[in-house]
Amino acid sequence: MNANAQLFDYVLRLADNGLVLAQRLGEWVGKGPVLEEDIASTNVGLDLLGQARLWLAYAGEIEGREAPPGRTEDELAFLRDSGAFRNLLIVEQPNGHYGDTIARQFLFDQWHVLVLAELAGSRDARIAGIAAKAEKEARYHIERSTDWLVRLGDGTAESRARMQCAIDALWMYTGEMFAVDAAERALIDAGIAADVAALEGPWTAAVRSAFAEATLDVPADGWMQGARARGGKQGVHTEHLSRLLAEMQILPRSWPEARW
Amino acid sequence: MSNEWPLWEVFIRSQHGLAHKHVGSLHAPDAEMAIRNARDVYTRRNEGISIWVARSSDIHASSPGDRAALFEPSNDKVYRHPTFFPMPEEVKHL
Repeated sequence: MNANAQLFDYVLRLADNGLVLAQRLGEWVGKGPVLEEDIASTNVGLDLLGQARLWLAYAGEIEGREAPPGRTEDELAFLRDSGAFRNLLIVEQPNGHYGDTIARQFLFDQWHVLVLAELAGSRDARIAGIAAKAEKEARYHIERSTDWLVRLGDGTAESRARMQCAIDALWMYTGEMFAVDAAERALIDAGIAADVAALEGPWTAAVRSAFAEATLDVPADGWMQGARARGGKQGVHTEHLSRLLAEMQILPRSWPEARW
Repeated sequence: MSNEWPLWEVFIRSQHGLAHKHVGSLHAPDAEMAIRNARDVYTRRNEGISIWVARSSDIHASSPGDRAALFEPSNDKVYRHPTFFPMPEEVKHL
């Protein structure tokens, strides 16, 4: 991969996290546990979708530097197959019950804020600009998901058991968030990408502190999915992504020229 | 339903408004969550700079049946209205 292709791939990773998680959160529309939560989780989804659009538009521009004009954000979102998606495995995991969704959001938000804060100082001005804007939104997301994690963890025996179960099930997808492959290493050395390996310490500290408040146990160390450069970031996904994309992409693929 | 979250009334001070204005109500388990929900339900388009919430059950209202007794007596006290004061010519924009 040359430098331009590496940058394209990296920006796609950022874009696809937001795009896929937004689609997952969108599945809650009209089905939230209460009306207020329905609106709130959809709001978070829309924030992430807005960020994904900015990343995708930039990815298309980067692609256009070598192969003009480069794909549009819609082409990138709706006409790629699962193997071309670069999102983390955790964001494609199914919604489950509301506690599962909160657990997924909490683990991701804690990572997302750290990465965006780091990227706000990127040497790539476009990445720095998008990250600075997105970080403000992510700071609100993290407050919400942490608040719910604590409420449900430190709630009834039933809610605590379900929350613990949710965390235990998702834990194996957290290792990938801090794994750096060769392409990413080159961009980190160039001062463009965030050094996620260095963020594992702060992430673990923040997560442990919230777990303590939520009376939840930190899961035991175990096998981490996708952490050895064969995961979502490299296009190797769980079966859940294809099903998600089938629903997300059916309309533009069936009616390529469809307009509102 | 008895296990539903309590109802809260939401007041928002808009960008240029001086006072908080009632905008609606929502359900939330406590005040902190009520403010958070109010942010999501009522301020999505940059409407406000400050949010108040109050438990609906803490708001006491006058009874519609008392309307006549409370408000009508002021109608026949014309001296309460400033219409009898001559306005000096120099005063503009009043």
